[in-house]
Amino acid sequence: MSTPMNGPARSVQPYGGGSNLADILERVLDKGIVVAGDIKINLLDIELLTIKLRLLIASVDKARELGIDWWEHDPSLSSSARGELDGSEDRKVLAEENRRLRAELAALRDGRGAADRIESNRRTEVE
Amino acid sequence: MDRREPECGARYVYAVVRPGAAAERLAGLTGVAGLPVRLVETDRLAAAVSDVPAEEYSEESLKLRLEDLDWVEATARAHHAVIEALGSGGAVLPLRLATVYHSDDRVRDLLREREEEFGALLTRLAGHLEWGVKIYALPEAPAPAPVGATTGAASGRDYLRQRRAAREHREDAWLAAARVGERIDRELAGLVADTRRYRPQEGRLAELSALPGVNVANVAYLVAVDDADRFRALVQEIAAEDPRVRVDVTGPWAPYSFASGAS
Repeated sequence: MSTPMNGPARSVQPYGGGSNLADILERVLDKGIVVAGDIKINLLDIELLTIKLRLLIASVDKARELGIDWWEHDPSLSSSARGELDGSEDRKVLAEENRRLRAELAALRDGRGAADRIESNRRTEVE
Repeated sequence: MDRREPECGARYVYAVVRPGAAAERLAGLTGVAGLPVRLVETDRLAAAVSDVPAEEYSEESLKLRLEDLDWVEATARAHHAVIEALGSGGAVLPLRLATVYHSDDRVRDLLREREEEFGALLTRLAGHLEWGVKIYALPEAPAPAPVGATTGAASGRDYLRQRRAAREHREDAWLAAARVGERIDRELAGLVADTRRYRPQEGRLAELSALPGVNVANVAYLVAVDDADRFRALVQEIAAEDPRVRVDVTGPWAPYSFASGAS
């Protein structure tokens, strides 16, 4: 899986040409014309996928640095972790994984560090 | 041309274009799964398609495959490459990833049903490209007071002061980034044909990304090809004025964000 190809901090990045995987995924999954193809894909699935991809792509290097590697054991996020799944088993795994993903998202949104949490509490008290 | 397709085939559709010159741009190009790309045409429009094995692009298969990041990456890159190739010589309407029809006839049905809409969009987008602009606030990280050391009565006031200063600093950077966004909108209005605003990347995503900063604005601009250099130069100029703000420009893109009519 590729990692972000953003350049070093500077005002404006050099000519990108759109080879950054995160940017490509953002466009091909989120944008473009949606037509009712003969094969119906649940857009909710895709939206969930997009969230996962954003989590993964935006964070993969840094997350590894921090020792966070949950996706590497997640069958839906890592082909190496994907075992032999039959249909019903797969459904169960997906449902379970969706549940966990939501919890992780909430935790990530929430987990901005103890200092920030304290501060936001403080702000709530003050305001 | 009336082709007979094998019953088992499905059509992966990349994009809608005007017929004609588009065919040349597809010569030698490979699409998803390394398959060739061809045009399915009506009188007025054409769709770029690959013939894919139906069993691999069924609803069940696609659902599983969309959960496989390696597959998604490869497919996204291939999808994008075809759209880039098509867009290099004219207007292109990208379709969302993994749009699949049963046959050429079904693709033609689509082109005919929405001929007016697609035609108008192609006319509107001709000679334009999309640029992505992401604006980040860069609060100079003030040394935060150790959390554990905040209970001592003597340091309490200092701690509060520090926290307040840090917060104000962050808010300043945020406001500066918002101002840069407003300036870009205002000063480039004459160069921009259309605008789409997206949710900024938020929370942990921004924190964990390789680059510092909080994404304050995530905008796509539709810009005439002839104005692209001026657009980039002006964005750069505005971005350079405030060290608390970083602006990432991506593109040029095929007009992914403007391919559907309404905002």
